[in-house]
Amino acid sequence: MSEFVRMGGYAAYVWPSFALAAVVLAWNVIAARRLLATARERAQGRAIAGQGAP
Amino acid sequence: MSRTSFSAAAILVFRRDLLLAQRHWGQVAQPLVFFLMVTTLFPLALSPELAELRRIGPGILWVAALLASLLGLELLFRSDHVDGTLEQMLLAGQPLSLLALAKGVAHWTTCGLPLVLLSPFVATGLGVPFGAMATVMLSLALGTGILSALGAIGSALTLGLRRGSLLLGLLVLPLAMPALIFGARAVDLAIHGDSPRGPLLLLTAMLVLAVTLAPPAIAAALRISAE
Amino acid sequence: MNWAWLHKLASPPHAYRIAGNLVPWFAWPAGVLLVLGLYGGLVLAPPDYLQGDAFRIVYVHAPAAWLSMAAYATMAVAAAIGLVWRIKLAHAAAAAAAPIGASFTVLALATGAIWGKPTWGTWWVWDARLTSELILLFLYAGVMALRGSIDDRDRADRASAVLAIVGVVNLPIIHYSVYWWNTLHQPSTLTKIAKPSMAGDMLWPLLTMMLAFTLFFAVVLLVRLRAEILQRERNASWLRMELAR
Repeated sequence: MSEFVRMGGYAAYVWPSFALAAVVLAWNVIAARRLLATARERAQGRAIAGQGAP
Repeated sequence: MSRTSFSAAAILVFRRDLLLAQRHWGQVAQPLVFFLMVTTLFPLALSPELAELRRIGPGILWVAALLASLLGLELLFRSDHVDGTLEQMLLAGQPLSLLALAKGVAHWTTCGLPLVLLSPFVATGLGVPFGAMATVMLSLALGTGILSALGAIGSALTLGLRRGSLLLGLLVLPLAMPALIFGARAVDLAIHGDSPRGPLLLLTAMLVLAVTLAPPAIAAALRISAE
Repeated sequence: MNWAWLHKLASPPHAYRIAGNLVPWFAWPAGVLLVLGLYGGLVLAPPDYLQGDAFRIVYVHAPAAWLSMAAYATMAVAAAIGLVWRIKLAHAAAAAAAPIGASFTVLALATGAIWGKPTWGTWWVWDARLTSELILLFLYAGVMALRGSIDDRDRADRASAVLAIVGVVNLPIIHYSVYWWNTLHQPSTLTKIAKPSMAGDMLWPLLTMMLAFTLFFAVVLLVRLRAEILQRERNASWLRMELAR
C-alpha cells in the first residue's frame, strides 16, 4: 500500500495532479448545480409575479 | 437616380477615411510614437549593447509593432458609430463586407504603412543590420495587414463597450500570435544571412486568408454591434 | 423534409425537460467509467519504462486536454448554429460550454506543468502542447470576457458567437505555427511531454478516462444549459407549470 502511495518516488507530482483533477471536476459539478438552483429560484419568482423574464 | 457601383462605394469609404486621418494626423501619429517608445523600453530595461539587442531585436520589433497597431484599432469604427456614418453604411445597398474591406485597407494605410516606413529606423536602433531591412519592412507590411484584418473584427465586436480597448487587446492578441511567430522568425533569419522566404510566404498566405475571410466577419460583427 | 421535430426539440420547455431526463443517463456511466479508469490507471497499469510512475499523470492530463478542445469545438458549433439558424438554444449551449472548457484548459495546463517537472526539471517549458493550450485559454478568456461585457443578451450571444467561430478557424493556424516555432528552438528529443508509447494495459485506462471525462462534460453541459434556459425564458406560464413539477 505504501508503495502505491509512494508512486515510485513521484508521489509529489502524481497525487497533486489527481487532486487538482478532483478539484476541477468537483467545481464543475458544484458550480453548475448552484447556477441551476439560483436560476430556478429566480425563474420561480418571475413566474409567480407573472412577468416572464426580467 | 444613379446608383453607386460597389467599387465606387468602396473607394469612397477608403478616401473618406484617408481624408479624416489627414485632418486628425495627431491620432495617426500616436501609434507611431508608441511604437518608438515601446522599442526604447527594451534597451533601457536590458542593455545598451547592440550585439545583445540584435539577438532579441526581431522579437522586440514585432511585439512593439503589434501593440502599437492595437492602439490604432480601437478607433476604427468608433467615430463612424458616433456620428451615424455606420448606420448609413448598414442601410446602404452596398455589401457591408466590401465597405468593411475598404475601411480595413484605409486603416492599414494610415496605421500599418507608417509603422512599416518607420521600422528601418527603429530596427537600426536594435542593432539590425542593413541587409535585413527589406525583410523587416516586408514582414511588418504583411503582419500589420493581418493585424488590421483581425483587429477590425475585434474592433467591430467591441464597439461602444466600456473598457473596449482592453477587451480588444484580449481578443486580438491570441489571434495575432501566428503572425508574430513567423514575422519575427523571418527577421531573425535575415539578420543571420539566411533566406526568410519560408516564413514570408506563410505570412503572405495568412494575409490572403485574413483579407478573404475577415470582411464578412467584420460585417456580421458590425450588424450585431450597431443595432 | 419536415424539421418540426427539431424546432420542437429546440423549444425551451422541451429542451429543459429532456436535458433534465438525460442527465442521469450520462452521469452514472461517467461515474462508473471514472472509477474504472482510475483503478486501471493508478493500480493496474505497469510503470513506464522511462518515466516510472510519473507517467500516470497522463490519465488526467490527456483527458483534460482533449476536453479543453472538444468543449471549444462544441461551443463553436453551437455558436454557428445559433447564428445561422437563429436558434436561441444553441447560443445557450455555447454559453454553457465555455466555462467548462476553460476549467479543463486550466487543468490541462496545471497537470502539464506538474508533469514537466520530473520530466524536464522545470515547472514550465514552452513546449508546443503547453503553449498551444495556453493560447486556447486566452481564446476562452476572450469569448467569456466579451460575453460578460455586453449587457444585452442577444448582442452578447451573437458577438461571442462570431468570436468563437473566428477562434475555431484560427485554432489550426495557431496550433501549426506553435508546433513549427517549437521545433526550431528545441532539440527533437524534447519536443513534447514525452508521451510513453502506450499499449494494452496502459492504453485502456486512458481511453476509459477520456470517455469518462467526455460523459462528464455532457452532464455538466446539460445542467448549465438548463440554467441558461431558465435565465432566458420569458413565458411565465410555462415556467410556472414546469417548476411546480
